Amino acid sequence: MLDDFFTRALIAGVGVAVVSGPLGCFIVWRRMAYFGDTLSHAALLGVALSLLLDINTIVAVGITSVVLALLLLGLRRGNSLSSDAILGLLSHSALALGLVCLAFMTWVRVDLLGLLFGDILAVTALDIAMIYGGGALVLGGLILIWRPLFATTVNPDLAAAEGLRPERAELVFMLLTATVIAISLKIIGALLITALLIIPAAAARRLSSTPEQMAVFAAVAGAASVVGGLYASLFYDTPSGPSIVVAAMVLFGVSLVPGGRLVRRIRAKAQGGRP
Amino acid sequence: MKTNETPLVQLQGAGARKDGQWLVRGVDLSVAAGEIVTLIGPNGSGKSTTAKMSLGILRPTEGRAERRRGLKVGYVPQKLAIDWTLPLSVRRFLRLTNPLSDDECLGALEETGAGRLIDADMRSLSGGETQRVMLARAIARHPDLLVLDEPVQGVDYAGEIAIYDLISSIRSSLGCGVLLISHDLHVVMAASDQVICLNGHVCCRGTPSDVSRDDNYRALFGARTGTALAVYEHHHDHVHLPDGRVRHMDGSLCTDFPGEHHGHDGHQHHETGGLTNAG
Repeated sequence: MLDDFFTRALIAGVGVAVVSGPLGCFIVWRRMAYFGDTLSHAALLGVALSLLLDINTIVAVGITSVVLALLLLGLRRGNSLSSDAILGLLSHSALALGLVCLAFMTWVRVDLLGLLFGDILAVTALDIAMIYGGGALVLGGLILIWRPLFATTVNPDLAAAEGLRPERAELVFMLLTATVIAISLKIIGALLITALLIIPAAAARRLSSTPEQMAVFAAVAGAASVVGGLYASLFYDTPSGPSIVVAAMVLFGVSLVPGGRLVRRIRAKAQGGRP
Repeated sequence: MKTNETPLVQLQGAGARKDGQWLVRGVDLSVAAGEIVTLIGPNGSGKSTTAKMSLGILRPTEGRAERRRGLKVGYVPQKLAIDWTLPLSVRRFLRLTNPLSDDECLGALEETGAGRLIDADMRSLSGGETQRVMLARAIARHPDLLVLDEPVQGVDYAGEIAIYDLISSIRSSLGCGVLLISHDLHVVMAASDQVICLNGHVCCRGTPSDVSRDDNYRALFGARTGTALAVYEHHHDHVHLPDGRVRHMDGSLCTDFPGEHHGHDGHQHHETGGLTNAG
């Protein structure tokens, strides 16, 4: 079954979406979209590193993202610069540095477009194993830190006062985000990874009445976008990343129409009757 | 004051510095079980910093902060900014830091008079409703120590009295210690066992009970309010300069800034009743 490149891409993409949906909810709730962008742009630097040192791409991108996430956490604690400026600085510096490094390595041929926008032809069986292994780790980690992280998202002082250790939850969350970015790179590309974190979560928002529900719906919306986008990519010969993002955007649009409101009203009614 | 047992939290000469500036210095404070301690002071006087040091959110730069082992805290923050992207019902909010059954949620909400809000969206609540829901969440944990950061903010006068009454009754029913923060210099709970006035340091401390019994006060605010509120008003006779020094009204400068520095003529208190001048 894994012989077919398209099947491999589908399996890998759905695996990525199921993890990035719930994690993306936190990115949206915590208003960290730009943070996700910064980490994903730095992924290109990770790719350059992997070619230079001849190590696995996902591992190299993961390490780069983790280092950058820790760097950002440290800079944010220091509070010396506005975090918006720091993120902008690091985001584009990392992207540019990655591109320059790749250009210098004349001995390797890199499919730059594939790196930036995703390439379904590039998914190997090993990638699938890493996506599902890493994905299971991320989901498990997210479930473990769910209560402290969610309480911190609502109010950090409250979480700290009641002994939930917000710093630890935030640190773990950043590491999980870095991991998701590493495993999403091949499917969706460095420029668009954040879209798969944010758009399915946004599409799930209007249909959900609890945070947990939103996380599940975001995973479903993400998986649907991946399947839709990949089929579109196959038929119209478009790059996979943008196709998936367009599919997610369409889903978000659908969630906005009055039908979504109807679903919510029915749900509210059902809930009102329960207690 | 009933401080025979070991206090829930205790600060000894605690101070916190940020970016080379002292936020607050030389604070001594202790809250025992069943005791209500009120921190008052103007904006930027170090009330929240003091509370954060007591809770262990902020490590004191100098002095000591001690908490009883295994202390369970119920915290009511000053503000709650819920992002529109976050679907959060009152029921789910009550379960924010520990799991609760539906009955426990409803019970706590009914205690604060917010039972009908259980399925409401957090963002649809008014200021007073939000305060009641946050209070319900904090007491549903059955805390040893209840910390309230300006719990009557955005609440009208009648609601303010109701919330203060509620806090005293929670203290009695749960037997917990209460640390209350208020930016209102004029009105504090009569039920407070101790009022600590901060302004970068401890200005003064005392009990407000005599104030609430004051005839002039009752005539001014009516007998009803006398049971819940007390006037605690004073003007400062000195100015804090940006460099941390203190200039007194007679123009003299006090350079040994820290601590409670009112050996001189102290504050000019108005209707200070049972307040004693510290230091």
